[in-house]
Order: sequence, then structure tokens, then C-alpha cells
Amino acid sequence: MDMSTAPAGSKPKLVMVGNGMAGMRTLEELLKAASGLYDVTVFGDEPHPNYNRIMLSPVLAGEQSVEQIVLNSRDWYAENGITLFTGRKVVKVDRRTRCVEADDGTRAPYDRLLLATGSKSFVLPIPGANLPGVVGFRDIADVEAMIRAASEQRHAVVIGGGLLGLEAAHGLKRRGMEVTVVHLGATLLERQLDEPAARLLQRSLEAKGIRFLLQAQTAALLPSTQGRVGAVQFRDGKTIPAGLVVMAVGIRPNTELAESAGLHCTRGLVVNDTMQTYDPRIYAVGECVSHRGIAYGLVAPLFEQAKVCANHLAEHGVARYTGSLTSTKLKVSGIDLFSAGDFAGGEGTESLVYSDAAAGTYKKLVIKGNRLVGACIYGDTLDGAWYFDLLREGTDISQLRKTILFGQSHLGDSGHGNADRVAALPDTAEICGCNGVCKGDIVNAIRDKKLFTLEEVRAHTKASASCGSCTGLVEALLAHTVGGDYSAAPSRKPLCGCTDHSHDEVRATILGHGLKTMPDTMRFLEWKTSDGCAKCRPALNYYLLCAWPDEYRDDAQSRFINERAHGNIQKDGSFSVVPRMWGGLTNPRELRAIADVAEKFQVPEMKVTGGQRLDLFGVKKEDLPAMWADLTQAGFVSGHAYGKALRTVKTCIGNRWCRFGTQDSTGLGVRLEEMTWGSWMPHKFKLAVSGCPRNCAESTIKDFGVVCVDSGYELHIGGNGGIKVRITDLLCKVETEAEVLEHCAAFTQLYREEAHYLERTAPWVERVGLAHIKAKVVDDATTRKTLAGRFHRAQQTAQTDPWAARAEGDEAHEFTALAEIVCE
Amino acid sequence: MQTATMTDAETWISIGRIEDIPRQGARVVTISTGDIAVFRTADDEVFALADKCPHKGGPLSQGIVHGKRVTCPMHDWKINLETGLAAAPDEGCAARYPVRVVDGMVSLSLMVE
Ligand code: SRM
Ligand SMILES: Cc1cc2nc3c(=O)[nH]c(=O)nc-3n(C[C@H](O)[C@H](O)[C@H](O)COP(=O)(O)OP(=O)(O)OC[C@H]3O[C@@H](n4cnc5c(N)ncnc54)[C@H](O)[C@@H]3O)c2cc1C
Ligand code: SF4
Ligand code: FES
Repeated sequence: MDMSTAPAGSKPKLVMVGNGMAGMRTLEELLKAASGLYDVTVFGDEPHPNYNRIMLSPVLAGEQSVEQIVLNSRDWYAENGITLFTGRKVVKVDRRTRCVEADDGTRAPYDRLLLATGSKSFVLPIPGANLPGVVGFRDIADVEAMIRAASEQRHAVVIGGGLLGLEAAHGLKRRGMEVTVVHLGATLLERQLDEPAARLLQRSLEAKGIRFLLQAQTAALLPSTQGRVGAVQFRDGKTIPAGLVVMAVGIRPNTELAESAGLHCTRGLVVNDTMQTYDPRIYAVGECVSHRGIAYGLVAPLFEQAKVCANHLAEHGVARYTGSLTSTKLKVSGIDLFSAGDFAGGEGTESLVYSDAAAGTYKKLVIKGNRLVGACIYGDTLDGAWYFDLLREGTDISQLRKTILFGQSHLGDSGHGNADRVAALPDTAEICGCNGVCKGDIVNAIRDKKLFTLEEVRAHTKASASCGSCTGLVEALLAHTVGGDYSAAPSRKPLCGCTDHSHDEVRATILGHGLKTMPDTMRFLEWKTSDGCAKCRPALNYYLLCAWPDEYRDDAQSRFINERAHGNIQKDGSFSVVPRMWGGLTNPRELRAIADVAEKFQVPEMKVTGGQRLDLFGVKKEDLPAMWADLTQAGFVSGHAYGKALRTVKTCIGNRWCRFGTQDSTGLGVRLEEMTWGSWMPHKFKLAVSGCPRNCAESTIKDFGVVCVDSGYELHIGGNGGIKVRITDLLCKVETEAEVLEHCAAFTQLYREEAHYLERTAPWVERVGLAHIKAKVVDDATTRKTLAGRFHRAQQTAQTDPWAARAEGDEAHEFTALAEIVCE
Repeated sequence: MQTATMTDAETWISIGRIEDIPRQGARVVTISTGDIAVFRTADDEVFALADKCPHKGGPLSQGIVHGKRVTCPMHDWKINLETGLAAAPDEGCAARYPVRVVDGMVSLSLMVE
């Protein structure tokens, strides 16, 4: 459309009527798409700037304040050059002169007009409906009236058992009133829930003290002696006391203004797919609108409309609004309810139902032709977003049928937290239903804009900024993306009782102040004990070793006995000996040498370990150096089975022998072990290389695992067998062995430099976030090479065999008695 | 290693020089009646305890010595070197032996304190 009506040099004028959620979202989208295109004037009949109407429920319940729910402050309007008229109701639109007029006579000419007048509470046409004390539940004024009544009146009656009615009832109950919900239907929320779920809901609301009168038809509201409402009377003549009546029986679109301007309305102001009314200069969005016969009453679809409308106002002219699928949640604290799509089922559909009335959980999924078409969940709604995604995407769920009822977590693995659940979602998965924000948007914003708090994510992405029911998911994403840094207060747990400093602070101080000995470090950081404890000394010893690989002299007395004696101490005080077998490979000569050693030192038991090598148990401490001498002679080095160090590299036979092998997994394993052996770590560190995705070497539960594929190597990190099983995260895929080695060295060094002592890679990855690790090891080749360089540098001093040294007499006192007393 | 013959329980038996025991460490004195752990703290105090943790008999000589305590390598009980008592909340006591250092020479008495 041409804008020639605007005088040359001046901007075209956009006027908006209705200062509410949908309209203001349109303006925000417009500013994003084309700021400064219009002179904007906004009329609102409420005396407030735009606020989050959804949050009126928490305000009523006393969980939030009116100030907290303001979305656009008056300053915001000023900063964006928008003229705002509050407390002024537009009563006339003159389409011929293109001018609007408010009830106080204020006039504003427009080139384009946006009607976003929302809707109002429907008031039952019954006697007494206009008595003082009868309110709707729509705006701040209503909520203020309810709060006032709550302090003066005892009985509240809420008419209507829908979402709004229940939220009102909950809020009034929280404010100490006796609350009765009167509902015409046989079950609550019949538009959102099927009967079993509705019964569960009713039961938990009753447990909160709310009373229900179902299938009750209100006939009249009776006045009290003070002339305000005093009782509710039903069809059958019965009455109940009521000092406050909340009408929550539905909403009606505000179309009087549009109708008076001659715009076509049928149960809403009719718009097309570009959000235009029958007058193409006049746009409309929000609850006042009827699009393809549907008037939406939830913000998610309205915000989609806002996007489309802004696109056209910005003259990009490509977007189309084609309608929305909606899902609902109830915002009553302690009650989790989710429903979406066609949850009732019916012809041609089948239902999967899981019900545990005792635990208060109920799930119903409606399926039609292998697609999810509806969901109704009560109790555990964590999977709601996932179901909604499957529903909207029309995903073929035939593969999921058996497990789908148990949620997404069931598809993964045990030991996974909430964080892993969101981690598993694709980037396109919608996290915030209200604002249509996908996982990818949130993760990118967190990463690019360096966001650390929920508030920041809300401000930048709008995710979780409306109804807030996705807050948990957003927090999980934050935790997953920035790891432990997320939230305002980064955890500052002291390293141990000897200090107030955290692991990270200690490490940073060692580096920053060039502290090179343990006494210096303790003095500088004002350690509270003279020489630490069994917790901090091994940690400091490691931190110093990692920081100054060339200079620091290892302190044997700060090492756990296993690392001091280079064997695992056994319950009887003897030790075990595990020689390194590179990549699990061995040969007759090596086996013979081990057999000889076992016989010579009368080893009581031998075993093949879970790490693909041999363990000789029950060796006397004083025999260790001599045994090691023999093993060294035969070419063995220590397997470090006892250390916070590189343990084993598990391999499978790969393409050397296996009919499925795609690469030389054994050879690569050996090369990885040759590169990494001897390295001290924050905790034990295990590698594996599997020759194909059958994954015989169990690479996906290793600290660093390689799965060979035809086209290269998948690199996996942060896996853990043991106490809490954690499946690896995929770090990246590379094409050559050289790249595997470089990524492995870089990842190992990053772990060595950043993890807390005694923190394995699995909790470390969860703490710092996969994104952080990828940024350093995958995305940035320079950082990767620098890290790998530092690792190789450290290895130059680390790769000396401790057994050989001790066989030659090092630390001899460790293995001999001080004295022997012979009793006569 | 030094071999001493015990003739009279009251006598002090010399077991070696203080430098033979690492600072913040321990050495074992073997004896048929049960090993004894001889500890040397960071400030060169010397203590002797039965090399048997009051918990499950772990070898205290293999633990990490800090302040006047040793942390047992088996399950992390902390034993006071002066008293032999386990630190709260654990309860138990390791037998103590008198030790003295004269001109750098450490001697031990087998009279349990
Ligand atoms: C010998 C061996 C069992 C066997 O006979 O197979 C073994 C033996 C011990 N394991 Fe293990 N683990 C052995 C493979 C494993 C594996 C399997 C593997 O590596 O593929 C696991 C699970 C994988 C993993 O680590 O993610 C495993 C998970 C653990 C854990 C739990 C670690 C965790 O992060 O949850 C511990 C406890 C710890 O480290 O704090 C542990 C601790 C131990 C200790 C060191 C217990 C101790 O502190 O004394 C055992 C020492 C016995 C000894 O005196 O030699 N062992 N241990 C295996 C030696 C492998 C090797 O060649 O070095
Ligand atoms: C208590 C409550 C809880 C809710 N909870 C949820 C929820 O959890 N999830 C969800 O998705 N949705 C929820 N909603 C619905 C949601 O708030 C609405 O869908 C949304 O606010 C509609 O936006 P709108 O811009 O169309 O209308 P509104 O936000 O109502 O804005 C319209 C504005 O225009 C003004 N106006 C009307 N006529 C004129 C005129 N002639 N001149 C000047 N100004 C005029 C009105 O006063 C109003 O301020 C809830 C609503 C309420 C009341
Ligand atoms: S994982 Fe693949 S290559 Fe390795 S042994 Fe199994 S089938 Fe063979
Ligand atoms: S044996 Fe010493 S703590 Fe258990």
C-alpha cells in the first residue's frame, strides 16, 4: 500500500488502540524489524503501561507484585519515541479522515491503525450481576478489588471452573478466603482435561481447601444489608454466602469500537492471514480478533499473530498467519497440568493411558495414524513440551509407541538429570510456548550474549517471560550451556575445612601469583591449618604439578598411599600390580614374563581386569621394587591402575580382524595410550576406541571415547561407568587419526587445567557445560592447538616410569621397615 | 634397616635417625607382636602408634600425616597422633608407644601408654 498520504519528509503515522499484550508485542516486533519507520501513538484505557496480564494470577495469590509484572515501563515508550496515552479509551474511528478519537477528546490521525483491544470478562446476565463486590478477572483493577475484598469479606464464590476461575479460586484461598467454585459442567476444565484428569485436579484443589459445586446453575446474586453482594442463589433456590463474586465464565472480544467503525465482525474482528481487517489500512491482533473463525485466548498464538502483523507493518510483506495449535498449563502452584490438541479422542483415534491415582499422576496420549494428536497430562508434566513438539511436528511415533507414555527420559539412560533431557532436544524444539522461543534461540543467546541468569535470558529471548511454566527448562538449558557458572551466585564452596577459598580460586591464585610450592600457596592464601589435611594436600599437589610441570617437585607425602607406593593397597595391606598393556594388546613373550614374575614372587591371585590387562594381587609392599625390576626388564611400565591418572585405553580389534571394523581401532588405541600414559589428572581418566558403532570397547561410557565410522572418527567425552552411569556427549567428528590425537590432547589438557581435584570428566562436563568445551576444543583451532601443546609439554616430564625409578632405588624408604625388633 | 633385640621392656630401643622418617610421613617398625608406626610431623615431632587403625585395622603408617594427625588410607578415619584417639564422629583408639628423640636418634619403648 502506498503511504503517499504522509507529508513529504515526515514519517507515516501508526496508531494503536489497546495497550495490551498482543498489541505491544506487535510494536516490539516492528521495532526489531524496522525501527523508526513510523511515528507511533498508543492509546490504552487502563491507567498502566503494558503489563503481563498472565501474571495477574500470581499477583492475586500474593506471589508477585504489580510492579514486577510490568513489561514495558513508561521509560521504554519514551526511549522508543512512542507517544503513550493511558487512561484514555478510544471511542471513535473515522475511517474517512483516518483519525481516532478518545473519550477525553484526544484525537490522533493515522496512516495505519492497529486494533488490539483484547477482550473483557463475560458477565452472566442474571439479577444482581451489577452489585458492588461482583468482579471479573481481567485486569489490575479487578485484582485490586479482589485483594481489597479478601481483607474485608470471608466468603468468595467463583463462578466458572475453567483456567481463570481455578486460578482466581487459588489466589483468593491463598489470601485467606473461604472459596467455593460454582461450575455448570460435570467436571472442571472440560475444555482442557478429560474426566479422570479433571477428577485428580479437583481432588488436589479440594485438598488445598477449595470447595466445589458442580452442575450448579447460578440464578441470581442477592444483595447484603450493606447493599453489596451477599449471597449466590441457584436454580433450585438454594443460596450460599458470598461477600465477593468472581465471574470467570468466559471472555468476549472487545469489538464495539470496530463495529462502530463499520468493520466486519463475527465473534471477533475478522482478519485475513496478514492480520488485516476488511479495511486494509486497519490491522488487528489479539483476543479481539477472529481468524479463520477462531478467536484465541492464549498468548502463544497472539504472539505469532504479532510477528506476522509486524512483518507487514514493516513492509516486508512475506509472513502469513495460518492459525495455531495451542497447549495449556494451569498456573496454580503445586499443581502440574498440561493439555494440548485433541485430548478427548474420538473416531479414528486410539488412546494410550497411564494412570496412578495414588501418586496423583495421569497421562493420556491420543494417537491417530501413528501421529500424536492430543495429550492430557496431570501430575508429572515435565514431558509436556516434548509431547507438544511431537504433536506439532507430526512426528511418526510408531518407534516410540512402547515407551512414549514414560516420557522422553525413558528413551535415554538411567542417571540422567533434567539437564540431559533438554540437552537431548533438537535446536528446533520449542521451550517457551508463550513466546515461541526454540531451544536453539536460547542456547545461541546464552552463548553469544554471555547470559548467566534466568533474568537475562528472559530479557534477551523472552523465554519464560510470560507464564513462566517453562522456567525449569530454561534453567536446565542455562545449566547445560554455561554449566555451573549459571545463576547469580556462582557456587563458592571452599576446597576443604582448611581454607575459605574454592578450588577455582586456589587454581587461579597459583597461576596468577606464580606460587610454586605448597607452603607458599598455603601462606599466601592464609590456610587455617599449619600443613593442610588429607583432602587439600593431594589437591594442591596436583594443582601445582599441573600449573608448573617443569618446576614443581612432586610431594610424595601429599599423595594417597596408592600413588606414593604405585600400587593399589589391598584390605590386608598388601598391594596389587597392574602392568600397562598398550591398548589391551599382549603377546607370548609378555605373558611369559608376567607368569615368571607371578611365580617368583608367589603372587596368590591373578585376574584379567575390566581394563583389558592383568592384575597381580596380594604382593607384599617390600617385594614391589624387585618385582618392578623384573617387569621393567621385560619392557613393562606401570599401568597406573592406582592413580588419579590415565588408566587404560580399551580397544576392540577393529579392522585388523573384525568383519565390521571400519578403522584400526586397536592401533589408534595404542597410539592414544602412548600419547597420554603417565599424565596426572584431577581424577582417573579412561579412554576407549571402538572399531564401529557396535561399540565393543564401550567408548560411550569413557572419559574420552572414540567410535570409528566409515567416514572417520566420532569423539565422545564425559562418560562414566561406575557409581553413576553417564553416557558421553558427542564432542565432534573428525576425519583423521592425527585429528583424534590432537582433540584428545586438547580435551585432556582442558580437563587437567579446569576440573576440580577428584572431579571426573562426567560431573565436570555437566558443571561447565558441553558448549564451553566445544568452544575451546572444537570451534577454535588455535585454542585447541595451544591446549594440545601444553599437554605435550607436560608429558615430557610426566612420562617417566615410576616403577623403573623405584626399581633403581628411588624412595627406598617407602618400601622398607625402619627397624625390626626381635623379641627374645 | 636396624635390628634391635629387646631384652627388657622398660628400656628404650633405638630404631633409627629422625631423618630416616620422611616429614609428614611414617615408617614401620616390625615386631612379632604387631607392627608399630612411627610418625614424623611437619615440625619434627615424633609419635608412635600401633600400625592398626581402630576402625578395621588399616595400616596407619600408610596414611597422610597432617598437623598432629594421620588419615587412615582405608576409610579416612582421622587418628590423633598424641592420643591415638579417632576424631569425632568416629570412636576408637590406637595403642600409643612412648618415643623420644635424643641427638637425632629415635628410640621407642614397648610399654603401651
Ligand atoms: C581391578 C579392577 C577390577 C577388575 O578386576 O576388573 C578395578 C579395581 C578397583 N576399582 Fe575400579 N577397577 C577396575 C575397573 C573399573 C571399571 C571398568 C573400566 O574401566 O572399564 C570401572 C567403571 C568405569 C569407570 O571408571 O567409569 C571402575 C569403576 C571404579 C570406581 C567408580 C568410579 C566412578 O567414577 O564412579 C571406583 C571408585 C573410585 O574411583 O573412587 C573404582 C575403584 C577401584 C579400586 C581402586 C578400589 C580401591 O579404591 O581400592 C579397585 C582396586 C582393586 C585393586 O586393588 O587393584 N573403580 N573400575 C579394574 C581395573 C582396571 C584396570 O585395568 O586398571
Ligand atoms: C488472570 C489471567 C490469566 C491468564 N493466564 C494465561 C496463561 O497462563 N497463558 C496464556 O497464554 N494466557 C493467559 N491469559 C490470557 C492472556 O492474558 C490474554 O490472551 C492476552 O493478554 C490477550 O492480549 P490482548 O493484547 O489481545 O488483550 P489485552 O492484554 O487484554 O490488551 C487489550 C488492552 O486494550 C485495552 N482496550 C480495550 N479497548 C480499548 C479502547 N477502546 N481504547 C483503549 N484501550 C482499549 C484493554 O483495556 C487492554 O488493556 C490470562 C488472562 C488473565 C486475565
Ligand atoms: S565394535 Fe565393531 S569393530 Fe569392534 S569388535 Fe565390535 S564389531 Fe568389530
Ligand atoms: S581401617 Fe582405618 S578408616 Fe577404616
